[in-house]
Amino acid sequence: MSAATVSDALLERHGVTRDEYDRIVQMLGGRPPNLTELGIFSVMWSEHCSYKSSRVHLKTLPTTGPRVLQGPGENAGAVDIGDGLAAVFKIESHNHPSFIEPYQGAATGVGGIIRDIFTMGARPIALLNSLRFGPLDHALVRRTMSGVVAGIAGYGNSIGIPTVGGEIGFDESYTGNPLVNVFCLGIARADEIVKGVASGIGNPVYYVGSKTGRDGIHGATMASAEFDDKSAEKRPAVQVGDPFMEKLLLEACLEVMKSDALVGIQDMGAAGLTCATSEMGSRGGAGIEIDVSLVPQRETGMTPYEIMLSESQERMLLVAKAGREAEVEQIFEKWDLHAVRIGEVTSDGILRVKERGAVVAEIPNRALTDEAPVYHRPFSRPDYLAEAQVLSLAELAPPAPVEDVLLRLLASPTVASKRWVYRQYDHMVRTNTLVLPGMGAGVVRVKGTNRALALSTDCNGRFVYLDPYLGAQLAVAEAARNVACAGGEPIGATNCLNFGNPQRPEIMWQFERAVAGMAEACRALSVPITGGNVSLYNETDGRGVLPTPVIGIVGLIEDASTVVRRVFRAEGDVVILLGENHGELGGSEYLKTAHGMIRGVPPRLDLGREAALQRLLVSAARAHLVSSAHDCAEGGLAVTLAECCFDAGVGVEVNVPEVAGATAGLADIQALFGESASRVALSATPAHAQDVLAMAAAEGIPASVVGRVGGSRIRLSVGGRAVVDLAVETAEAAWATAVERHFDRALASST
Amino acid sequence: MKFAVVVFPGSNCDHDAYHAVKHVLGQEAAFVWHKDTSLGNADAVILPGGFAYGDYLRTGAIARFSPVMAAVKAFAAQGGPVIGICNGFQVLLEAGLLPGAMLRNNSLQFRCQFVHTRIEHVDTPFTSAGQVGQVLKLPIAHGEGNYFADSATVDALERNRQVIFRYVTAGGDATSQANPNGSVRNIAGLCSEGRNVVGLMPHPERACESALGSADGLVILESIVQSVGAGGGVPLGHEAPSGSSLHV
Repeated sequence: MSAATVSDALLERHGVTRDEYDRIVQMLGGRPPNLTELGIFSVMWSEHCSYKSSRVHLKTLPTTGPRVLQGPGENAGAVDIGDGLAAVFKIESHNHPSFIEPYQGAATGVGGIIRDIFTMGARPIALLNSLRFGPLDHALVRRTMSGVVAGIAGYGNSIGIPTVGGEIGFDESYTGNPLVNVFCLGIARADEIVKGVASGIGNPVYYVGSKTGRDGIHGATMASAEFDDKSAEKRPAVQVGDPFMEKLLLEACLEVMKSDALVGIQDMGAAGLTCATSEMGSRGGAGIEIDVSLVPQRETGMTPYEIMLSESQERMLLVAKAGREAEVEQIFEKWDLHAVRIGEVTSDGILRVKERGAVVAEIPNRALTDEAPVYHRPFSRPDYLAEAQVLSLAELAPPAPVEDVLLRLLASPTVASKRWVYRQYDHMVRTNTLVLPGMGAGVVRVKGTNRALALSTDCNGRFVYLDPYLGAQLAVAEAARNVACAGGEPIGATNCLNFGNPQRPEIMWQFERAVAGMAEACRALSVPITGGNVSLYNETDGRGVLPTPVIGIVGLIEDASTVVRRVFRAEGDVVILLGENHGELGGSEYLKTAHGMIRGVPPRLDLGREAALQRLLVSAARAHLVSSAHDCAEGGLAVTLAECCFDAGVGVEVNVPEVAGATAGLADIQALFGESASRVALSATPAHAQDVLAMAAAEGIPASVVGRVGGSRIRLSVGGRAVVDLAVETAEAAWATAVERHFDRALASST
Repeated sequence: MKFAVVVFPGSNCDHDAYHAVKHVLGQEAAFVWHKDTSLGNADAVILPGGFAYGDYLRTGAIARFSPVMAAVKAFAAQGGPVIGICNGFQVLLEAGLLPGAMLRNNSLQFRCQFVHTRIEHVDTPFTSAGQVGQVLKLPIAHGEGNYFADSATVDALERNRQVIFRYVTAGGDATSQANPNGSVRNIAGLCSEGRNVVGLMPHPERACESALGSADGLVILESIVQSVGAGGGVPLGHEAPSGSSLHV
């Protein structure tokens, strides 16, 4: 294959541009690549593996801090949680495979992120997922969602890692391009974190796990392209998960790591053996030489090209210390796994692939990793914003009665209970789950200590669509506020940036603005980002998803007995509203549900005040002053207060003031359903309420007593006018059944 | 006393069972690898939950061939107390130590939630510290917990007072609404004819600390500690002999 003769068609099939091809030739010293080498370059230089469009922007994120033990660049990030322990965590997307084959796409997404965590020497103890689907009245969407949920359950339940939380949102833009982002957290000894490095000339390189098949070849390339009507034909590129094999690998690898016979380890995820060998070599400043004929194969006649690019699941690559081979092999044998020596570490920095001794590929590692292309893609403010940001409240159709609006919002799938989903997940295995799904941030205790960790993933794509900079800040603020509500001090973050086609300047603009906003918010709230994932090309037939930069935040609770939950605890407790309501309806759930529109500008955000609010929440929780705390988000204060009653079997009576400058006819709507940021509904005993108010004053947080917990009804007044008087049972029924009703109805009509 | 917690490849509640008996109850506990042929000097055996061998065939169908199962059978034959929880119950069924089989949940979905479970008889080593009719709040987490046996077998189980746990409402009624998986006659757990082998789908080991939402599972594990402490795994209990109360 010479530079002159390589066909456009071949390059296109590999997703390699002519410029990139010329650069490959240059990196090989003027020699054209053979087909295997071209395949290797194509997957390593794909968007998915190289971050070529996003890298320049990601560099602006804050990644360091006193607790950070491992920042971006390894399999996962790690932060110090005290007692000599580290929380190791990351979030990753599996959007494209989950649309093509929902069950296996989602299942292998779970498998992939779990491997990233135990690869670091951490025992995985919690999963969360952040999902986005189209409207549930589409049969296709229900099929996708059922499959994704079953896939997450099938993998997570079997391997025995609890799914303790997450969030799910619905919007038309996700109909043909669902988002499946999976977060995993593990615990390691801080001084025993394992890295994905290959070093020590002559050290043996082992392959362990499932055999290699032809599945998933070019999966990374697929994840770097848009969808069209041919996407269904890409099904063979989706892999099949085997959670049992992964369970064996998990236990065996953790046992090997204890033995001190290990140098480095990495899972074979996207770009399989190619990525594992080149990244491990590159990190260690070494080369790796392997012979593909030694790789265990599931099918006959596989070529080096296929073996190097296969994305078969549940495979690990590890480098052991020379002379300690027997120990490593014995541990794997105990688990009925066979560690196979396929090569060794070399000194020349080259990835050398042989087949029965003959060299079939020879590429400098750094050409595949650090020296992969980096693009400064052009970006420009999209045209849609000028119109979308205009919202004239006075011109909206008059609102329905407030009670009807509340019931409709509670039954909106984005707001409603996700019980139909999380009851399919084992959320209690490992007996650490202190706060069950659906009750705010997920909280797991750390056995052997008094500590617990609060975990939340969040992003309101509507806000990001209307103002990427502010929207991304609001996502960070909300996730951090959620863990603070549980009593957790936010100490680390991971992000999963889901956007459309970066070759379109307006998408790149959304991306650039969102990353800048996220960076600013993380700095202001002192939560470094220790790793994450970028998923671009989330488009179907040229239409992008709402830009969705999901953020996952880990909060530290030093005393697990101080955990705070969402639900009201006792009759007679006082309800305190923290923060200020400006009655903002831009991008709100109300506008979407009642008027079918995504318009206006997102709520304003004062990051200094947000930080102060979170300090207050954590201090009050530590002082055992808080009975319950719940963040105000989609649907505003009325939804928040209703949710505090659900699962609690108790009502509430609250009076809030009118919003200053409210639009005529919308005063009640703005007061109850506005989505102003940095607000929390907190309950406390009357005695503790005084202390909370004093602490709020000291932090400069507006706080007022707005009502009382009690009775069996939700009674809300605005400026002294009673506007809602609903039985908790009625409101709860609307909220609890809204999602499952869609599936039960579909089941009934299909039988 | 000393518990043996059997670990099959794919067991995933082994650590939870170990934690409950060792750190909550303060008893001795040891993991026993499925390839081992001895249970050591264990006083009681726990077959924990999970997905032994991935449960790709029928649940528990391969685990019953593990070398350790011969030792478990011998231990049970001598009257040693054995409890199978969730996947452990499924293994006991496949191994023939308890009668019947598991079908997929009638919802066709995995279910993880708290349920209420009524103790039917207290003359087993795992219920002797409880009361007949006592309702326990315990979690379930399974996809195949829909217990089935033909009606003659179930009648015999009822006659022999081998139905030990039933799914009930919080008030103690065995209604169909309280049945989370379609199990025949709301059966949640059984004992062997010798009464020393007990299997149940709910997870008592997940409900031993109130911080986790319920400590009702303690009575099951405390029963065995008391039984063994009082001189072995022979059924104790002090139940007035009577016909079992059926609400199905």
